[in-house]
Amino acid sequence: MNLRELEPGKVERKLGDVILSLDDVSLSFGGVKALSGVSFDVREHEVRAIIGPNGAGKSSLLNVINGVYRPQQGRISFRGETRTHMEPRHTAELGISRTFQSLALFKGMSVLDNILAGRNLRMRTNILLQALRVGPALREEIEHRKRVEEIIDFLEIQHVRKTQVGRLPYGLQKRVDLGRALAAEPKVLLLDEPMAGMNVEEKQDMSRFILDVNDEFGTTIVLIEHDMGVVMDLSDRVVVLDYGKKIADGTPDEVRASQAVIDAYLGVKH
Amino acid sequence: MPAPRAPDTFPRLLLHHASIRGNQPAIREKYLGIWQSSTWSQTRDEVEWLACGLAQKGLARGAHIAVIGANRPRLYWTLMAAQSLGAIPVPFYEDAVAQEMVYVFQNAEIEFAVVEDQEQADKLLEILPECPKLKHIWYDNPRGLRHYTNPELANYDDLREAGRARARAEPGLFTAEIEKGDAAETAIMLYTSGTTGHPKGVVLSHANLVCASQAYQELEGLRDDEEVLAYLPMAWIGQNVFSYAQWMVVGFRVNCIESAETVMTDMREIGPTYYFAPPRVLEGLLTQVTIRMEDASWVKRRMFQYFMDLARRVGANLLDGRPVSGPDRFKYALGKLIVYDPLRNALGMSRVRVAYTAGEAIGPDLFVFYRSLGINLKQLYGSTETSVMVCVQPNGEVKPDTVGPPMKGVELRVLDSGEIVLRCPGLFRAYYKNDVATREAKDSEGWFHTGDAGYFDAGGHLKIIDRAKDVGKLSDGTLFAPKYLENKLKFFPHIKEAVAFGDGKAEATAMINIDVQAVGDWAERRGIPYSGYTDLAAKPQVIELIRDCVEKVNQDLARDPKLAGSQIHRFVVLHKELDADDGELTRTRKVRRGFIGEKYATIVDALYSGIEHCIVEAQVRFEDGRVGSVRADLPINPARTHAAQPERAAA
Repeated sequence: MNLRELEPGKVERKLGDVILSLDDVSLSFGGVKALSGVSFDVREHEVRAIIGPNGAGKSSLLNVINGVYRPQQGRISFRGETRTHMEPRHTAELGISRTFQSLALFKGMSVLDNILAGRNLRMRTNILLQALRVGPALREEIEHRKRVEEIIDFLEIQHVRKTQVGRLPYGLQKRVDLGRALAAEPKVLLLDEPMAGMNVEEKQDMSRFILDVNDEFGTTIVLIEHDMGVVMDLSDRVVVLDYGKKIADGTPDEVRASQAVIDAYLGVKH
Repeated sequence: MPAPRAPDTFPRLLLHHASIRGNQPAIREKYLGIWQSSTWSQTRDEVEWLACGLAQKGLARGAHIAVIGANRPRLYWTLMAAQSLGAIPVPFYEDAVAQEMVYVFQNAEIEFAVVEDQEQADKLLEILPECPKLKHIWYDNPRGLRHYTNPELANYDDLREAGRARARAEPGLFTAEIEKGDAAETAIMLYTSGTTGHPKGVVLSHANLVCASQAYQELEGLRDDEEVLAYLPMAWIGQNVFSYAQWMVVGFRVNCIESAETVMTDMREIGPTYYFAPPRVLEGLLTQVTIRMEDASWVKRRMFQYFMDLARRVGANLLDGRPVSGPDRFKYALGKLIVYDPLRNALGMSRVRVAYTAGEAIGPDLFVFYRSLGINLKQLYGSTETSVMVCVQPNGEVKPDTVGPPMKGVELRVLDSGEIVLRCPGLFRAYYKNDVATREAKDSEGWFHTGDAGYFDAGGHLKIIDRAKDVGKLSDGTLFAPKYLENKLKFFPHIKEAVAFGDGKAEATAMINIDVQAVGDWAERRGIPYSGYTDLAAKPQVIELIRDCVEKVNQDLARDPKLAGSQIHRFVVLHKELDADDGELTRTRKVRRGFIGEKYATIVDALYSGIEHCIVEAQVRFEDGRVGSVRADLPINPARTHAAQPERAAA
C-alpha cells in the first residue's frame, strides 16, 4: 500500500462484491433495544454512510461490527466468513480499523509515535529485540517508519510530526486519529463522526482525505456523520436508522426522497 | 579548433558543474521526513531526459512554458530543460487564483505547462477554454489526478521516460541544443506583480542573470559549499536570483523545504550559510520569538531582556569591528553563550555567514535585532527589471536606513524629481509585447527609471524613502510619505498591516490590521474571549492597544521637524485581514493603497468627515474561490497628537 508505487489505474473506482454484511442484527442493553433486526451490506471500495437522529443506534452498530458489543441475535459476514459476533482483536487482524467520535489518541506522545502505534499488529519482532534495537528489529522499525511517513505525507501533517498530540488543535487531532487507523492498512475503515466539531474548512479538508483514502488505497469506508451535506456528497449508499431500526437504505438521492427519513428528521404530527 | 567557451548560459553552467563536481549534491528535497539529495550529474541526466521529452512534444526555441508550484527539484529541472532547448520558462506564483493566470497565458501564448499537483492542474483546466493555445499540462504529484481524463494532462514521469528513450536513441541531441544557445537570448520571463493594471512580463537574458550573480559571488566570496534554503515563491525575482541564478553560477546546494508550514524546522535542520529573507519573514520570526519569550519563566525573561539590551548596544558594533569596551566584550561573550547562540540555533541561523533582506523597507529595530545577535544581515536594493543588482551594503558599512553604495558595474543617478535612474549589466531587455511600457521605463540612453524616490547620504549610500509617485503632501504642504508611516506602525508586533492616507488632506489617518497571532495571544493572557479575527479586532481593549501604538508613532514623528505634521490623527482597525486574493495586497504582500482607498471609500470618508462610526461591507474571496461578504460597524478612533517639538528650546 504505497502511495507513490501504486500504478495509476490499478485501483479502479468500481464497486466490488459485498465485503461485509449484517443480517438481522439485534442488540439490547437490559430493556433498551439499541438495534432491532438491522440488515445491510457494504460493498468493496464503497463509501457507505450510516445516518440517523441522536440515539438511533449508529455507534452501537459500529461497535457490533468491530466486536466491542456482542449482539443477541443475527449474523455478521466479513469476506465470506459468517459469525454471530466479532472479537475486537480479531477484527483488527482481519483488516477493519476505526476512528473514534471522542478521540482515542495518546495525548502525551508525538504524532509520529501515535501513528506508529497503529502499526502495532503488523510488528513481527518481539519486544526484547526491539528494546535492544538489533538486526531484524531495526530493519522492521525502518520499514514501519517509512509507512508512517507516507501517511504523514498523505495527510499533510509534516509540520507537526514531532509535536505532542495533546497540543494540537482538534481538527488536526482528528486527522492524526485517521492516520493511526490508516497505519494498520485496513480493508475496511470505520469512521465515527469524523467531522464532529470541525469548522467548514476543516470539514472540507477531512472530506478530501476520506475520498483520497477511498480512491488511492481502494479502502472501503463506513462512516457515521451528522452533517447531511457531507454525507450526501461523499457516500455511494446511505443507511438510515431510527430508534434502532433501519428505515431506509439506498443512494443519497433515494434516501433524501424517502418519506420515512423526512419524518424521522423533521418529526410527524400525531 | 575553437577554444571551449566559458559557460555563459544556464544549460552550459549545468554541464560545467556536472563535469567538475558531478558527485556533489546539487539540490535536496525533504521527502518522507528524509532529505533526499540529487548530485550535479544526476541533475544533468534528469534535465537531459526532460529536455528530450519536451523536444519530442514540440517545445520550440523561443516558446514559453509555464512552471507552477512550490520549490521542488523537478520544477527547477524544468527551468533548466526549457532553457537547454532555448525555450523560455515563465514561473507563476503558486497561490495565484486561476483568473489571474489567464492574462499571462494569453499574453505569452503559452502552450506547455509543468505543474506541481492537482491544485495547480485544476486551475489550468479551469482556464483552458480561455487559453486555447495551452496543449500540454504535466504534473509532478499524481495524487488525486488518477481519474482525470483530460487529454491535455499527463504525468511528469511519462514525459521523463519518453525523453529518456529519446536521449538513448539520439545521444547528441541535448548537448547540440545547448550549443545552439546564446548568452544574449532570453533566459526567463518573470511577470511583475503589477500594483496597477495588467502584469508586465520582464524579459531577462542569460547574460543579465549570470552577470548579476557573478557580481554577488565576487562581493561575498560565495563558495560551492554554501547551503541555501529554497522557500520563497519561484516567480519572485529574489528567489530566482538567489536559488537559481546564483546556484547555477556558483554551484552551491539548494534545499527545498518540505512544506510551507515546516520552514522553521527545515531551516534548523539544514542550517543555511547564505540566507535571504524579505522583511516580513524576519518580522514573523521575531514575533514568534517575542511571543515565546512572554511564555517563558521569569528568570529566562529577565535574562533575555538584559542580554538583548546589551546586544542592541554593542552587538552591531562588534560585527562591524568598531571599538567596544573590555567589560562589554566580556558580557557579550557571556550573553553569546547563554542567550545569543541558543537563540540563533532556534532560528536556524547558527551557520549564517551572509544574510540579505530586500523587497521592502525594514524597520530599524528589526534590522538591528538580527545584527545584534551577530548575524551579518545586510540590505540590498534592486528589482525584477535589474536582476536585483543595484546596491548592496558592504561588510562593515551597514546602516539600518540605507541600502548601501551601488554595486560594481552599476551607474546610478538621482534626478531632480527625486527619482532614481540607473544602468547596469543586469538590466532587463524589454517588457514582453509592451513597447510603450518599455519606452516609459527605459529611456533612449538606456537609463532605467526605477520609480523609487531617494538620495545619497554623506557616505555615498543610497537611501530610499518611498515610491516616487506615492510621496505626497498634506493640504498645508507638509511632506507625507505613507510608506514611512506604515512601516513605523508595522514594526509593532501587534500590527500586521497598515495603510496610511493623507495626500491632499488636512491630516494623516490610517487603517490597521492587527496581527491575529500576537494580539490573540495578548488577549488570551488577559482572559479576553474572542471567536475570530473580526471579533478580536472589534474588542475595545484591542483598539486601546492599537491606539497606544499609534500614539507612540506620533511621539516619534513629533521629534522629526519634517514629518511632525503627518502625525496620525485618526485610525480604524479593519474588520478583515487584507488579502492578496481580494486584490488588497500584491502577491508579494505589498499593500495596494489606491485599490484599498477605493474599495473602502466609506471608511476613508468616515475618517475625514468627523463621524464616530461607519458601517462597511466587504467582499471576501475564500480559498476555494467562493465569494462571501463581511459586514461590520467600525468605530473611528481618534489618537493623541503632539505639537512639533522644536529642535532647540525657544529662547
